[in-house]
Amino acid sequence: MAAAIAETTKLRWGELEEDDGDGLEFLLPPKVVEGPDENGVKRTIEYKFDGEGNKVRVTTTTRVRKLARARLSRRAVERREWAKFGDAAREDAGSRLTMVSTEEILLERPRAPGSKAEEPRVAGDPLASLSKGGAVLMVCRTCGKKGDHWTSKCPYKDLAQQTDNMPPTETTATPATANKSTYIPPGMRGGGERTGSEMRRRNEENSVRVTNLSEDTCEADLQDLFGTFGAVSRVYVAVDQKTGMSRGFGFVNFVHKDDAERAISKLNGYGYDNLILRVEWAAPRSN
Amino acid sequence: MRPILMKGHERPLTFLKYNRDGDLLFSCAKDHTPTVWFADNGERLGTYKGHNGAVWCCDVSRDSMRLITGSADQTAKLWNVQTGAQIFTFNFDSPARAVDFSVGDKLAVITTDPFMELTSAIHVKRIARDPDEQTGESVLTIKGPQGRINRAVWGPLNKTIISGGEDAVVRIWDSETGKLLKESDKETGHSKTISSLTKSADGSHFLTGSLDKSAKLWDSRTLTLIKTYVTERPVNACAISPLLDHVVIGGGQDASHVTTTDRRAGKFEAKFFHKILQEEIGGVKGHFGPINALAFNPDGRSFSSGGEDGYVRLHHFDSDYFNIKM
Repeated sequence: MAAAIAETTKLRWGELEEDDGDGLEFLLPPKVVEGPDENGVKRTIEYKFDGEGNKVRVTTTTRVRKLARARLSRRAVERREWAKFGDAAREDAGSRLTMVSTEEILLERPRAPGSKAEEPRVAGDPLASLSKGGAVLMVCRTCGKKGDHWTSKCPYKDLAQQTDNMPPTETTATPATANKSTYIPPGMRGGGERTGSEMRRRNEENSVRVTNLSEDTCEADLQDLFGTFGAVSRVYVAVDQKTGMSRGFGFVNFVHKDDAERAISKLNGYGYDNLILRVEWAAPRSN
Repeated sequence: MRPILMKGHERPLTFLKYNRDGDLLFSCAKDHTPTVWFADNGERLGTYKGHNGAVWCCDVSRDSMRLITGSADQTAKLWNVQTGAQIFTFNFDSPARAVDFSVGDKLAVITTDPFMELTSAIHVKRIARDPDEQTGESVLTIKGPQGRINRAVWGPLNKTIISGGEDAVVRIWDSETGKLLKESDKETGHSKTISSLTKSADGSHFLTGSLDKSAKLWDSRTLTLIKTYVTERPVNACAISPLLDHVVIGGGQDASHVTTTDRRAGKFEAKFFHKILQEEIGGVKGHFGPINALAFNPDGRSFSSGGEDGYVRLHHFDSDYFNIKM
């Protein structure tokens, strides 16, 4: 009973407040709520008088976001109403035990979406496929073909030195003394001057740096853009750790050097998302 | 996706379990209070007070009314899920580790650690419908394997009990007689401690994670090795997606090495693998420290992970997760 009285007095008090205004609220059109539409955008149109007695239309646009589509069982709905117990019952509102991460976490793919796992590894890096001999035993060291023939039966045997896992530009340095029939350790192939650091850098070869990207370019966009030039082994867009925004540059690794060259010649200066892309060879890492 | 972070535990997480409807998430940690959360928004529903030691494992009955927990305080306790009240305490002479309700919730399997002169054991207890009739007597006690038994679960039709532990062998026991029926052989099996064991949604196969840096998928009846998923870190937890052909594996190096390695080098992510192709699908980062517990929501649309850092992270998948093409 007491509560009811309190409520009515409250109501009256509220009405009084409004009477202090113009008392003309009944003249205003009613509140209209549109949506939410398929994008979850809800629009609320309200009318009120401002301080000077002018009629003002207030449009509020909000986005309704569904967190998860869940079909709850009847029992689960009942459980929703269960009273808190244990420590949860005495929990103060400010304890903030449950928080939504400020960081957007993505399911990080081990390789660029859309690229085949096997193909670039074999074509781009025959050594890698050699070291993984366990997967397919019969791997030709000459042409890198898997499961077809052994190295000694390779139809491209004569071209061995040329195609031997090095980009063509580097094979010119191959000493003629290298004998096909003797085993050459991987580190010595393509000339003894090849050092360990150079070997490691090979993984970063055919890497193309793309700068002046628009902020909403994602890795899939780059994959689409560069994928037309040939097989791409890695796409990376630098993202600011704090803001989650793109930092405006990225790297694309091609399986074949000539694809990378073509991409650079075609895409450098290409207009993409209102910005002019700058595409160049990535500088090798200093350390 | 933006995971929901739940900071209810003060010590490392040990185990996570969803109820059958997928609306409640139970978490166990090395602090002494198992906690229940709403699985959609991560709100804490309650805590179960009464254990006096680390809680290693829990299971919830099919009707989400009973919870069983196994703790290092040498007890396993039955709880009323709704009120947090203790229903019954099973006392042991050594720490309890794994607990699992049978299909039908009439039986429970509880494993105990080797302690003092005692060897590890698997106990089968009858769970009475009426709490007043509950007794602590074991229906069956199985002894034999050396070292801790980290997980024991019921096999198909409650006919068998599947166990795995420190001796790296997966064993299938007859749940009536306690006889050893099958044993994984050394060559195909794990080479180090089995840290986790989870059944698929239908119970036809199960996944074991081991500190030998691999997880293996086995047939529940024949104990034939189906698949192996290899990672670069010890596996502490694993789970099978009930919706897609995915498995998720989590781990990290020992807690003793955590302080000496960078977080990025530590690779504390939950790794998704394609169940059939055994190919890595991707990783979900976030925990500071190894992942100790993983669980999939029974609807397959979210999963949660518990870490050495004391956080439970609840991930609702984005729509693109369901369109991943291999």
